[in-house]
Amino acid sequence: MSAISASEKVDGFTRKSMRKAQKQRKSQGSSQYRTQSAPVELSPLPQLKDAPSTEQQELFTQKLQQCCMLFDFLDSVMDLKSKEIKRATLNELVDYVSTNRGVLVESTYPEITNMICTNIFRTLPPSDNPDFDPEEDEPTLEASWPHIQLVYEFLLRFLENPDFQPSIAKRHIDQKFVLQLLELFDSEDPRERDFLKTILHRIYGKFLGLRAFIRKQINNIFLRFIYETEHFNGVAELLEILGSIINGFALPLKAEHKQFLMKVLIPLHTAKGLALFHAQLAYCVVQFLEKDPTLTEPVIRGLLKFWPKTCSQKEVMFLGEIEEILDVIEPTQFKKIQEPLFKQISKCVANPHFQVAERALYFWNNEYILSLIEENIDKVLPIMFGSLYRISKEHWNPTIVALVYNVLKTLMEMNCTLFDELTSSYKAERQREKKKEQERDELWKKLDELRLSSAALVQNNSHGLPSVQNNNNNNNNNNSSNNNDNQDTRAEAAAVPTDNKVPDAGVAASESTPCAK
Amino acid sequence: CCCCNEVGCKPGADGDDSLYPIAVLIDELRNEDVQLRLNSIKKLSTIALALGVERTRTELLPFLTDTIYDEDEVLLALAEQLGNFTMLVGGPEYVHCLLPPLESLATVEETVVRDKAVESLRKISQEHSPVDLEVHFEPLVKRLASGDWFTSRTSACGLFSVCYPRVSSTVKAEIRQHFRTLCSDDTPMVRRAAASKLGEFAKVLELDYVKSDIISLFTALASDEQDSVRLLAVEACVSIATLLPQEDLESLVMPTLRQAAEDKSWRVRYMVADKFSETFVSLQISLCFNCIHSVLTIWLSDLCLLCPVSEQELVSDTNQHVKSALASVIMGLSTILGKDNTIEHLLPLFLAQLKDECPEVRLNIISNLDCVNEVIGIRQLSQSLLPAIVELAEDAKWRVRLAIIEYMPLLAGQLGVEFFDEKLNTLCMAWLIDHVYAIREAATCNLMKLVEKFGAEWAQNTIVPKVLGMANDPNYLHRMTTLFCINALSEACGQDITTKQMLPVVLKMSNDQVANVRFNVAKSLQKIGPVLDSNALQTEVKPVLEKLATDTDMDVKYFAQEAISDANVEQRLVQQAAFIFPADQTCCSLAGSQDRSEQRNTVVSITACNLMNSRIACTNPSQTVSFPNFFQPDLHAPVHSLFSAATQIEFDQTNE
Repeated sequence: MSAISASEKVDGFTRKSMRKAQKQRKSQGSSQYRTQSAPVELSPLPQLKDAPSTEQQELFTQKLQQCCMLFDFLDSVMDLKSKEIKRATLNELVDYVSTNRGVLVESTYPEITNMICTNIFRTLPPSDNPDFDPEEDEPTLEASWPHIQLVYEFLLRFLENPDFQPSIAKRHIDQKFVLQLLELFDSEDPRERDFLKTILHRIYGKFLGLRAFIRKQINNIFLRFIYETEHFNGVAELLEILGSIINGFALPLKAEHKQFLMKVLIPLHTAKGLALFHAQLAYCVVQFLEKDPTLTEPVIRGLLKFWPKTCSQKEVMFLGEIEEILDVIEPTQFKKIQEPLFKQISKCVANPHFQVAERALYFWNNEYILSLIEENIDKVLPIMFGSLYRISKEHWNPTIVALVYNVLKTLMEMNCTLFDELTSSYKAERQREKKKEQERDELWKKLDELRLSSAALVQNNSHGLPSVQNNNNNNNNNNSSNNNDNQDTRAEAAAVPTDNKVPDAGVAASESTPCAK
Repeated sequence: CCCCNEVGCKPGADGDDSLYPIAVLIDELRNEDVQLRLNSIKKLSTIALALGVERTRTELLPFLTDTIYDEDEVLLALAEQLGNFTMLVGGPEYVHCLLPPLESLATVEETVVRDKAVESLRKISQEHSPVDLEVHFEPLVKRLASGDWFTSRTSACGLFSVCYPRVSSTVKAEIRQHFRTLCSDDTPMVRRAAASKLGEFAKVLELDYVKSDIISLFTALASDEQDSVRLLAVEACVSIATLLPQEDLESLVMPTLRQAAEDKSWRVRYMVADKFSETFVSLQISLCFNCIHSVLTIWLSDLCLLCPVSEQELVSDTNQHVKSALASVIMGLSTILGKDNTIEHLLPLFLAQLKDECPEVRLNIISNLDCVNEVIGIRQLSQSLLPAIVELAEDAKWRVRLAIIEYMPLLAGQLGVEFFDEKLNTLCMAWLIDHVYAIREAATCNLMKLVEKFGAEWAQNTIVPKVLGMANDPNYLHRMTTLFCINALSEACGQDITTKQMLPVVLKMSNDQVANVRFNVAKSLQKIGPVLDSNALQTEVKPVLEKLATDTDMDVKYFAQEAISDANVEQRLVQQAAFIFPADQTCCSLAGSQDRSEQRNTVVSITACNLMNSRIACTNPSQTVSFPNFFQPDLHAPVHSLFSAATQIEFDQTNE
């Protein structure tokens, strides 16, 4: 709708970037539901450092209470003066708890946590952009960040203060607190998630009683992410925390932890936005395997189960993770999974997407993996040979073909005799596969014929049926349920062609239809 | 491995035709290739048929139960198949054989598989006799409900309501207990599942238990710590409200609902707003008139809470979802409330919402204007309407712009031509050069509707000059818009304007340097042909089309030839008409008429009559319709009905 620019004259279309710039960027507010009426104007209190030490405690409390006032940051000119006072006060509070000793007396704990809860706990707003793609789009930033940042900073300093006593704080920093904190990890603002990560880490470290609870809730968040919403912005941050938590697990691993690995971390690989947290996820998985190598087999089988079928980008990530695992695998474990694993690798090598093929072929540059392959060449080579041989002739990408030649050469050097055998039997093998394919076709054809002939059988035998079906006086039968009934009675008649069975079937049909809706 | 498959296959290939060894079939179900496994599972009924009911029960089902570990896609197919397996295992008396594999499927992680398994279980539960239901099915539900991992407990939530009505009262009490337990489960996933089935379960419960059990569960779920659970409870509210007698609603349901309307999470408030009209309807049905009034007052106070009128209370833009959902329902309320209440209670809200910063809210109000118009008339709103419309017309989201365009004809009709010319005309013209095609297209269509409303003379003075002016625009997309407008407007503007003003512009554009414009010229000429007089068609249009037919561009050539052959066919049909009805004066004179739209009508109606007569003649010669009876010179509307009548007769004929 603006004036036509030079670029438009060329092809008639406006540049996307220009149109995007036209959109007025609206900053996102928090969804803090304002039950309170308009904010009262704040008046500055005296500086803490100027107050006599007897009054400092009282002043500290007053300042904390003052900071419970919330402001509307969507309107950037509203309450400017009060906003500035709150900002300065928060700054002063941060400074106060980080530099002074002996300020955290027991009576301040409720005031402190109240101030924190009031400011940071809120239902996160819906995303500005309904089809927000974390990989592509700019995140919406929290409008009230100038205040919230300082509150987070304050919380962190509070937790890190040498006088901080978890035994007192646990009355306030409890399960409910942690739960609300975890929900904030969904924030679109990466700055906020970063603070939350450090804070949760501190809480996990200091509150032993909350550890199991935190792990369980993270579990729930992940499960909801995987199976319900497929949306949660803080997966990477939570995984990062877990990475260090796993590191500290005692051996032998508890069943709970193994379950977390198999039922949560492995299914996390199915997420659409895997790219956003894959590095952290792979780190967690490898941590587990370094703790307990016997988990290697189930983990690799799990990855193979969820192997991407259409998303090449994810396939490359999976291959990367497999290589990380192979880097730490024990030779005995390798033997257990080599067959299914190399069947998958052989498929990847033959992938028409050259990045996938290339990533898989790079395994042969890894000394440790090479040594494992060499040790088991009699198992690995027959699995890999077919794909490599075919690809060396067929792949469209010259780089891949060159890589395949190198791999073939390496494999040949490992076991020359086996390689020659496979080369000479390659054609016969293909023939055998084709024949097997034909046999399968024939089998199914015969089965289908059987089905048809039994259908014919029913038609011949069905004179007894109509009256039975007439008993079925449900007129609301729709077509599909009719068809099902017919099919089922047909099957019944074919399988057990005794007459006394047929009425049963009819009765069943009439019994079942009313409920079929 | 492949060698085993090889051996396994052979007996099947050479062996006994009638008896397929289960090993072969199972080999297929075990094939390495997922796609082949999937195919085999999808043909599971064929396999079962081949095996017979006995072996299906004793061999196939145990195998399926044991090898549940597979790709989710295969499991999904399996879960679906088993729901239709009753006859293949020997009918209802054996249906419980299907429970073990479905039970395992109901515990897998993947939601779609689990849901499908639950669906199949619900289906076959109906095929169980009451005894089997208690002996086999209900224990399964209990096992699922007390499973270790959350998946089985979520699945259990969907199974209570299907067995509850058909079991003894002791078992009923147990089921209620299990449901209660799951409603306060440790994991939010299970509580969500329970909350989502709350309404369904309430429906099968006895009224006393609805009051004692369901209400307390509803209240508890509606104040859950997770907003995802609370909002599902709100959803259940609709069905619970329909079950309760009116006198209990106020005390049992309303407090929770009111609390949900004030929830601190926007998701919950959104759900309340979204379910607003549904709940309202269910409340309204079950309440007598007096109660309606009191409920309304409550709703209205909630409404004010959710869409604050005063500046000071304006909720921040983040609950725009809530507000826009409400905006779409409160307009509907005006019809229920009547004129006085609407003016008193709702008008201030409409006006406030028209000023809302969120475009969806404003749009929802404007798009529901017709409801209000019926009750209080649009004039009340017009002053507030205009700024809202202008702003929406320039909104950055093209869908918003599109929506407002669609309401233009309605608004124009209600506001009148003067108001329109003064305030809205520029907007309508600006849309023609929007950068989104859908907007330009809608703008074109909008112009057509406006011309239909305000007449050709208005078009000639206000729209046509501007549209034709765009033919000289340096942007070819805008030049094409001129052509699209002409296509749309020619009929509404009539022969005179089309021939004298539009045609020269179109013809001139046939020399455009952009091929897209040239082939659209060919298309336009084809479109406006019927409106032009024959003279112009022969002397001006034909030569241009012939020139375009020799264009260097393939597409231009194609569309030019299309247009030429279309014109020729029409010509022939007109002559044919005169030939078929030589005695008919009207017909012949029309065939020679210069007005091409009349000619075309003649052709169509003649063909239709022809078709009808030949059909009727076959069945009942006495009813043959004579052409002039049917024929009226101005046949815009009847032509359609004629055609459909003719085709209907033809259809009946074929059926006989």
